[in-house]
Order: sequence, then structure tokens, then C-alpha cells
Amino acid sequence: MPISKLADLYGREGLSPGHSACQGCGATIAVRQVLLAAEPPYIVVSPTGCLEVISTPYPFTAWRVPWVHVAFENAAAVASGIEAALNVLERKGIGRRHKVIVIGGDGGTFDIGLQALSGAFERGHNILYVCYDNEAYMNTGIQRSAATPPGSITTTTPAGKRERKKDIVSILVGHGSPYVATASPHLWKDLTNKVRKAQSIEGPTFLHIIAPCPRGWYFDPHLTIKLAKLAVETRIFPIYEVENGRYRINYLISRPRPVEDYLRLQNRFAHLLRPENAALLEEFKRWVEDRWSQLLKMAEAFPA
Amino acid sequence: MYSLASYRLMTGNEAVAFAVKQVDVDFISAYPITPQTIIVERLSEYVSSGELDAEFVPVESEHSALSACIGASLAGARVFTSTSSQGLALMHEVMYIASGMRCPIVMAVSNRALSAPLNIHGDHSDIMGSRDAGWVLIFCENPQEVYDYTIQAFRLAEHPEVLLPVAVNLDGFTVSHSSEPVAILEDEVVRAYLPRRERPRLEFEEPASFGVFALPTHYFEFKVEQEKALRKAGEVLEEVSAAYPNRSGRLLKLSKFNEDGRIAIICLGGTAGTVRHVVKKYGMKDFSLISLKLFSPFPSEELLDALKEAEGVVVMDRATSPGAPLPPLASNVAASLYEAGVRLPLMSVVYGLGGREPTLKMIVEMLEKSRERIGEGGPVVSRMYLGYGGG
Amino acid sequence: MSRRPEFLIPIVFEAGNTAKRSVASWRSNRPLIERRLCTNCLICWIYCPEPAIFLDDAGNVQIDYDHCKGCGICAEECPRKAIKMVVENV
Repeated sequence: MPISKLADLYGREGLSPGHSACQGCGATIAVRQVLLAAEPPYIVVSPTGCLEVISTPYPFTAWRVPWVHVAFENAAAVASGIEAALNVLERKGIGRRHKVIVIGGDGGTFDIGLQALSGAFERGHNILYVCYDNEAYMNTGIQRSAATPPGSITTTTPAGKRERKKDIVSILVGHGSPYVATASPHLWKDLTNKVRKAQSIEGPTFLHIIAPCPRGWYFDPHLTIKLAKLAVETRIFPIYEVENGRYRINYLISRPRPVEDYLRLQNRFAHLLRPENAALLEEFKRWVEDRWSQLLKMAEAFPA
Repeated sequence: MYSLASYRLMTGNEAVAFAVKQVDVDFISAYPITPQTIIVERLSEYVSSGELDAEFVPVESEHSALSACIGASLAGARVFTSTSSQGLALMHEVMYIASGMRCPIVMAVSNRALSAPLNIHGDHSDIMGSRDAGWVLIFCENPQEVYDYTIQAFRLAEHPEVLLPVAVNLDGFTVSHSSEPVAILEDEVVRAYLPRRERPRLEFEEPASFGVFALPTHYFEFKVEQEKALRKAGEVLEEVSAAYPNRSGRLLKLSKFNEDGRIAIICLGGTAGTVRHVVKKYGMKDFSLISLKLFSPFPSEELLDALKEAEGVVVMDRATSPGAPLPPLASNVAASLYEAGVRLPLMSVVYGLGGREPTLKMIVEMLEKSRERIGEGGPVVSRMYLGYGGG
Repeated sequence: MSRRPEFLIPIVFEAGNTAKRSVASWRSNRPLIERRLCTNCLICWIYCPEPAIFLDDAGNVQIDYDHCKGCGICAEECPRKAIKMVVENV
């Protein structure tokens, strides 16, 4: 059943308040929306990261659903084990299948967890992997990751990151995943329906969600949703889905807003707007344009 | 009453796989590495042919293998994995988590040397590098023990007062690849010995959070509690082995040969067979042999009891502990003696690294050397590299 | 059925019990709902990171002040501008 109004989601909360996420945390908004949409029965697996640390200080847990954390680089492997074990336990009549949903940050997904993620997707486990992408290692204090965009200042790229962001969606499409999509919490209807869709598809599916981080991006906490919206409307974070290799751009941004609108609200990009760094700003814009035009070409070549 | 089905000619690796098939495991995840590979090959065949109703997940690394095992174990499955050497080293991080999360996983380790230089042959460096990971560590002398101890390992791991992972060690090649007739139990006898027991698991109806983090206010208590459980495993082992249907296959903490010997040789794994043979063949009746089956929790009490009449000990380590006063087994033996206030002359022997198998001649040389050192005026602690050809 | 061990084990069996913790002291600004403007559309709720917004028995949106950290997203995103942030009285 598609989700059409917020009342369809109300009362399905998977995360309790009282957790220790920062004010205005984009990740927890994204996670809440994922859990509001998810159909039971399911089990959540998280790698080490902000989400794990803010939600489970013993003897407390914010999770109202079964949840497990093992280590940083192995969430997809842990999920593989749970999924496969429940298959056999159901067959033997001593357990029951659950959908396994991994929710991890960009560090645990793009970087240290990539091998386990690749293995799980190659083996075709029936799992939904959700990456909340706050574009750096926020839990350890804002260090660069492969998901950090070019130009961005982190504590390990004090002069701004030189490299572009890893294209995680293409990597997973390349694994033959039946469903890979991007989403933004400001587009709650799109996000929650994608969760439903991804969950209904047999096999490894992936959802890449932008999760603005007030602390790590250096912006005022009330702007979290605004920034997610700007990321989409500037074409910095395109919203699209790839179903069996077929591309559909869900939000075709025909008249993008200037990237400066997005950059200027975040101190991690403040230096890009200074006249002496015009070349860096150009580089950032080229990155955005390259990705967008590549996406258009893919959508044209392999339309849904 | 029990009945032995028959004898089967099996290598150590095959004995592991056969036992795992009989215990009705639900989940296996492993990665190929010499000399353990045959275990996962056999298990894959059992799963593929339908002889074993389990999921076999062929992961992309040992790190993922043990991680998948933790997930499966927390989902309520009976879980098995196996590895060797570099694979075990890659699992190292996850080993501490498996014990900390109290997952009753059973793992066979076909022991092999650690790189560098790369070497595929037998020694105990791999498991000794993880000896503080909080697992129960069992050592086997031959394929028969491998078979019997693997089955008992599941009952020990899953005991509600233990809930800890168990590693069953078999020497790479000398045990893993040597064939001998193994007395096997009927499938139903094994199943009856291993009833399923409830433990906390991941399920939607009773949502719990596993793998939470603990601040300094709680962490210490968790770790001490875990250590207590490991100690408890030593006590529980007695009832686990007493219930094992094949009386001669019961997992004792140690076995002693030639009680009257004045010098006790202490070793782990397949080497015990060689030492026993030498003592017998050459009539070296002044030596007794203590073959330790349980390394962790270390059976100090039983060991001290076995050493009551001894005038000295020779401790054979198939691993080194660079920079430490003594290698792992000798260190544990010395600590046990110290605690009991016993100042017994101890000769620490490091042997067999990287597959340099101890020959009968080498063992004779070691025993003769120990006669010289363990006597009037000899040192309390002496050291020897057995079979070492370097300068 | 899970069997809970009698010994200390690092599992939290009481789901969602962070709700027992107050994080009110984190807040420096407090959201106030202007009732006549609010349509109970739940936009504030779907964008709340906690969640610290709920519907009362009458179906009206309320702030859970034990769990609101005062980020101000609700005020920023309210389509009717029915929420304003005021400085917390200390």
C-alpha cells in the first residue's frame, strides 16, 4: 500500500526519544522515516557510528524494534548471517523470517564496510541496506570519508577535500542489485515509499539518504530539512532510483538553484565562496554538473 | 546406553565436518584457507546433498565469516565456522565481540603458522595470538578426539551458564590431514545429546538491543562477568563430558600417561602422541606425559594435581611469545605452580614452528636434555628451541 | 521465546527505554504552538529528530518538552508558521 499522507505513518515509531543525537540531527530524521515505513517483522543492524552511539548507552536503548550492532566494517556480513539463519530456522519450524534492514552511516558503508557490503550484495541476501550519508566521520569528530564532497572542510581535510565523492549507487548497481535508490528526508513521501518498495523486492536493495549534520557541516540546527531540500534542488544530491538497471529520476530539476545557495549556509564550504578560491568553486560546480549529466545519460540509455 | 554406529576412516578435517553434520547445525559461514579448507568443502557437500539442513554462506573474508556467525547466532541458530592462521588473525577483532556478546559459536581451527614469512604448515601461533579473546580453547590429539570434542563443544558453548564461543584446535596437517579410523555415534544419539536450549535472540515480538555500548560505569562489570562465565565453563565441562555417550571419548581437561614418571612433559595437540610413543618405544619410564585438552579456562588445579609427584616439568610450546618471559603454555604452567607455591624446575621448549614436525629423534634429544637440566643444582627455568637449526 | 539469562549480559531488553530519560536540559529555545494556526498536519512531527511531537487524545499536535532539544526544525518547516521558538527561561 503506498503511503499518501502522514497519518498513514503516525503511530509506527521505531525509535524512542531521549536518545543523544545532536539538536537537528538529520540522521535520526532519516532513520525515523525509514522505520515508520518499514513493514514488520524486521530486524535492524547498525555498524558502529553516530546512530549506534546515540541510541544505545547501556542500560538504555532508543530502539523499539530488534536491533544489533557488532562492529564498524561488518554490518552487511552480520545482516547476511541473520537473514540466512532465519531462512533455515523457519524451514525447521524453530524461527521465522524477518526482513533485515541495515542502517549505517557513510563511513561504515562507503569506506570500511564496503567489502562486507559488496559480499552481501554479490551473494544476493534478502536485505535492505540504508545509508544515512552525513558526508564524514561525525562520530569521531568530522573526519573525511569517501562520501565527503569535494571542497568540504573536515578535521582531516583542513584545506578542503581534493577528491570527488564516491558514487556508491553505481557501485551497487554494478552488483546487479534489483533496486538502488536515493532519498532525502525533506521528501518524506518519496523516502517512505521507497522503503516500502525496497522492502518488497526480494534480494539486496539499497537506499542512499542524505542526512545533513549541523555539527559537522557547521550550520544552525533548524536548517537541517532546508539543507536537504537545497541539496536536491541544486542537483548536488539527485533523487533517483535504479530498478533492475533501469534509471528513473524522481525529481527532475530542470532549473537548478545556484549551488551557492546551499554552500553559503554551511561553514564547511565557507572558503569556497571567497574570491581567491573561485577555482575550487568551479571544481565543485563541475562535479555537480558531471554527475547530473551522467545521470541524465543513464536515464536516457536505460529508461525505467 | 549408547551405540557406536561404526568406524569411519577420516582425517581430522573430515572428522570436524562429520561431527558438525551430526549436531544438526543451522548455519555455517566460512572462507577457504589451508589447512582448514577441507572442512568447509565437506560441509558444503553435506548441505548441497541435503544430508545437512543448514545454510552455508560462503563469505568474502574470515572477518565477515565470524561476523555472519554472530548475526546467525543472535538470530537463534546453532552456528559453526572454521579457519586457520591468517584467517584467524583477520577474525581477531570479531573474536572478542563473539565472546563479549555471549554467542555460543563453535569454530574449528586447523592450526597453522602466521606470516611473515608466509608458511602454510602447522604450529599454534594463530590461536595463541587470540588466547585472550575470551573463548574456550580445546586442543585435540587425533581425529577421534576432534570428532568427540567437536560434539561436546556445542553442548558446552550452549550451556545456559556459559554462552561462550568455543574453538576446537587441531594441528594443521598432522591432525587435519591424517586419516585414522574414528568411532562415530549414531545421528540420533548425537541429537539427543544436544537438545536445543533457549537463549536471547533477535525477534520482532520481543525487541531487544544487542551490542549496545557500555560506559566506564558498566564495561568493567561486563568483562569480569564474562571472565567468570569462562571459569564456569571449566566446571560445566565436567557435566558436559560425563553425559557424552561414548565414555572413551569424553573431553577431560587433561590426560596423563605413565603416572610414575618423575619428569612431566606437558604439551598440546598432536605432539602428545609422538611423545607418548617415544616414552613407550624407548622405555623412558622416568617421564610422564600430560596432554592438555583444555587450554582456556586453564585447568590449573587439575594440572597441579597431576604434577604432585613430579620433580620437574618440560613444557612444549608450538608458538613463541616474543618479548615475554615464557611462551604461552609455559607461562600458564609457571603461573599455576607459583600460585601453589611450588618451585618446580621447568624447561620451556619451543618447537615445531612453521611445520617443523618433531621427530622421534628430536623428542629423545629433548628428554635427555631435560634429565641433565632437571636435577640437583639445575636452573629453575631453562629454555630450549627444539629442532632449531640456526645459530 | 527468548530466555533471559540470570547473569549480566550486554543486552537491553526494555525496548525504547531512552523515553524515560529527559533531555529537556539540552534546550535553549522552546517551541510554542499557536493553536489557532495549527492544522495538525504533522509536518513538524515527520521532521522532528527525536521525536518530541505527538498527537494528544483530542488529535491535537503537542510538544513533548521532556524530549524536545529545541532544534527549531518544526518552527522552520511549519507550513502555517504556527510554531515559534522562544528563549527558554532558566
